[in-house]
Amino acid sequence: MTNDPHANEIKQHVRKYVIVFVALLTLTIVTVAISTFHLPVGAAIAVALVVATIKGSLVASYFMHLISEKKLIYFVLILTAVFFVVLMVLPISHWADNPGLH
Amino acid sequence: MQIPYTVAPRQDTGLFNAKLGIWLFLASEVMLFGALFSSLVLLRTGAPEWPHGWDHLDWKLATFNTIVLISSSVTMVMAWASLMMKDFSKFRIYLGGTILLALLFLVVKYFEYTHEFHLGIFPSTSAFFAVYFTMTGLHGLHILGGIIVNGYLWGPGARMWKTDPARFTNRIEIAGLYWHFVDLVWIFLFPVLYLL
Amino acid sequence: MDHVATAGHHAHEEILPFWRKYLFSQDHKTIGIQYGLTSLVFLLFGFTLMMLMRWQLAYPGQPIPFVGQWFGEANAPGGVMVPEFYNQLGAMHGTIMVFLGVVPLAVGAFGNYIIPLQIGAPDMAFPKLNAASYWSYFTGGVVMLSSFFVPGGAANSGWTSYAPLSTIATQGQTWWLLGMIFLITSSLLGSVNIIVTIIQLRAKGMNFMRFPFFVWAQLVTSFLLLLAFPPLEAAGVMQLMDRVVGTSFFMPSGLVVAGQPLTNSGGGSPVLWQHLFWFLAHPEVYVLILPAMGIVAEVIANNTRKPLWGYKSIVYATIFLGFMSFIVWAHHMFLTGMGTTISAFFQTTTMIISIPSVVILTALVLSLYGGSIRFTTPMLFATAFLPMFGIGGLTGLPLGLAPTDIHLHDTYYVIGHFHYVVAPGTIFALFAGIYHWFPKVTGHRMNESLGKIHFWGSLVSINFIFMPMFIQGLAGVSRRLYDGGQQYAHAQGVLYLNQVMSIAAWTLFVFQLPFIFNFFWSIWKGEKSSDNPWDATTLEWQTPTPPGHGNFLIEPVVYRTPYEYSVPNASKDFTPQTEPEKA
Repeated sequence: MTNDPHANEIKQHVRKYVIVFVALLTLTIVTVAISTFHLPVGAAIAVALVVATIKGSLVASYFMHLISEKKLIYFVLILTAVFFVVLMVLPISHWADNPGLH
Repeated sequence: MQIPYTVAPRQDTGLFNAKLGIWLFLASEVMLFGALFSSLVLLRTGAPEWPHGWDHLDWKLATFNTIVLISSSVTMVMAWASLMMKDFSKFRIYLGGTILLALLFLVVKYFEYTHEFHLGIFPSTSAFFAVYFTMTGLHGLHILGGIIVNGYLWGPGARMWKTDPARFTNRIEIAGLYWHFVDLVWIFLFPVLYLL
Repeated sequence: MDHVATAGHHAHEEILPFWRKYLFSQDHKTIGIQYGLTSLVFLLFGFTLMMLMRWQLAYPGQPIPFVGQWFGEANAPGGVMVPEFYNQLGAMHGTIMVFLGVVPLAVGAFGNYIIPLQIGAPDMAFPKLNAASYWSYFTGGVVMLSSFFVPGGAANSGWTSYAPLSTIATQGQTWWLLGMIFLITSSLLGSVNIIVTIIQLRAKGMNFMRFPFFVWAQLVTSFLLLLAFPPLEAAGVMQLMDRVVGTSFFMPSGLVVAGQPLTNSGGGSPVLWQHLFWFLAHPEVYVLILPAMGIVAEVIANNTRKPLWGYKSIVYATIFLGFMSFIVWAHHMFLTGMGTTISAFFQTTTMIISIPSVVILTALVLSLYGGSIRFTTPMLFATAFLPMFGIGGLTGLPLGLAPTDIHLHDTYYVIGHFHYVVAPGTIFALFAGIYHWFPKVTGHRMNESLGKIHFWGSLVSINFIFMPMFIQGLAGVSRRLYDGGQQYAHAQGVLYLNQVMSIAAWTLFVFQLPFIFNFFWSIWKGEKSSDNPWDATTLEWQTPTPPGHGNFLIEPVVYRTPYEYSVPNASKDFTPQTEPEKA
């Protein structure tokens, strides 16, 4: 793993890392700035999550190289994502048509 | 018979063992923090009122910490890239930088917590603070774990660069994946706790 | 029998000191044995706790004979068990059996020992992690057992540790939570190891549809452990925070204990604990059953001299079962005031999940048809598993439907149901596994006569323990009552069954004695075994006995499916997986 074309490839990656870094910093400032507007709760949550998802995707795709990972890893992560959603959605659905006591 | 695929990837999966291993571990961590997020959602939706993070927490300090952590993620991936380019001294600088930034994060956290304690704010104060302290605390423990692992790889563990450079590079990649995940959790924690 | 690959001692294999060779071994076989012995001890201990409980249930208020004096004034003054002690025994019996006994045996012992051998690998993917998993389990066990000796004794809020009771419970609950953290850590590390090992280290030619079903069962089980345990770990941390730091994750507002209002902040949700607990604990029951089904499949195929019926169906059913197991959990919570929509959702998924279970059970039963059955001891246990699991599974149906669950929830019917699946279900399968693989591990066979006594005595007595529980449950006798229902008018007609069940339980213990003796005696004095005493096809039988470090000297190559028994025109009635197709 000592050939030059390989080193060039890494240099390409490094360029991407720097771009992603700048994007992450920018998005951090954006999300903080938006929060100072004190939007209504629903909108605030939506915006915050959207921005966080974009930032998280950048970290995952480029720093963690997920964008060029193998199928098996994608499979594990998709399976996890499904159960993550289940864990987010089902417990609060408990009271969906029975407000009652929490 | 030696254990195969510790360095060279297995052909049909395209992975070396530790790469699959760390992603599986990270999957379990997604479920761990997921449960805490789920609890937050359940407690918040069930509460008659819920304080605003920007009102009760030091979001400026947390913004600074967010930048610190993102930077440490960059230095971490640069550490790995340096090894891929066979530059051991650059690797040491970058990994060292990662560790220092991580320590800075914890120092800031220390000041954040002690200030809150000083004001008489504790996990027991309310559901909001229970969630805040527990989630940031567990995240902080993960940072500490990362510091220990990275510290080992910077110090005694770096000896492997001489004997088995490819395997050592893989180890840094694996440590990096863990570290980026810790950053990723914070990317969600920060706005959810501090900015809403 | 021919060895495709033999493992000898490498010329330069270092001689390890005792503590590295046995205590902190990184060899999967040694670690498997460590798990095996430790878990068997815990199983025996958990069994003993139950025998004590059953005295109190059969003869409430009577001093416990012989051993009553050992428990001290706090637990059993004058040898008479106090309710608080009964509750400790109950909570710890469940905890120990599930987390310290069955799963470490099924996954830690059988998984670790057999998986690398069956897939043709030299060891597990991460040997150091494997050792760490075992010692984390051991530490968790020590923490759990130590809790009996702290003021207030061990955890006493059920193995389910429901808030708010568990939050205000005595010190032992904190120890329980700490113990669980060690156990969950052990489990997570182990499951990562198993998944990577199976996927990455399988030998050439060992593609997924050539896995022995045991391997598939362990693979799916490990995914369940990997993804379902972390929420319980999070919940455990939160309950620790509630107990130690005074948070109110699970503590609702306005609680009053012993006439005094609590001073915590309130605003928490007891139901949140239940969601997080059962998110793990439901998949956990499939963790309990899948490795057992894996073992039963191996033993049946081998002892019927026939391939398994419907191998593909069993595999797909297992995968589907694993997936569904994550979305049924709230059938344990039908009585918590949930809305009708969510109740309907969980009832539906619960009914659906019974389908793959039935597919697997049916396939295993059909595997017997037309076989040349050898009723060896392992085969007796494996065959008995089928109707026992059947009863357990069928009795689950009224529990999974809310209208009937209203009557049966928290009664002895539930206890009967789950014990049928775990005790004459899983544990019988584990016995089958022990008798089946004992020759490979030790080089000796266990005694068949003692095995048959163990089997028949256990089968009869175990049914006398758990069948009456359905009757008591239907009559409305609640679980976790330290006097077995004595105080309730509606229970009077079925109280006599308490004595039946207790005597059956003590009888069951007596029939474990031949097993315990047989197990240890045979290690040294048992009839010497060949490398493949059962004429089996799978890879673990193609190694020397016991396999050396590294298992296979040259990487084995797999040419066949796992159950090529009685293949027409073959020279023998079994063809090992490593035997090439004829030129």
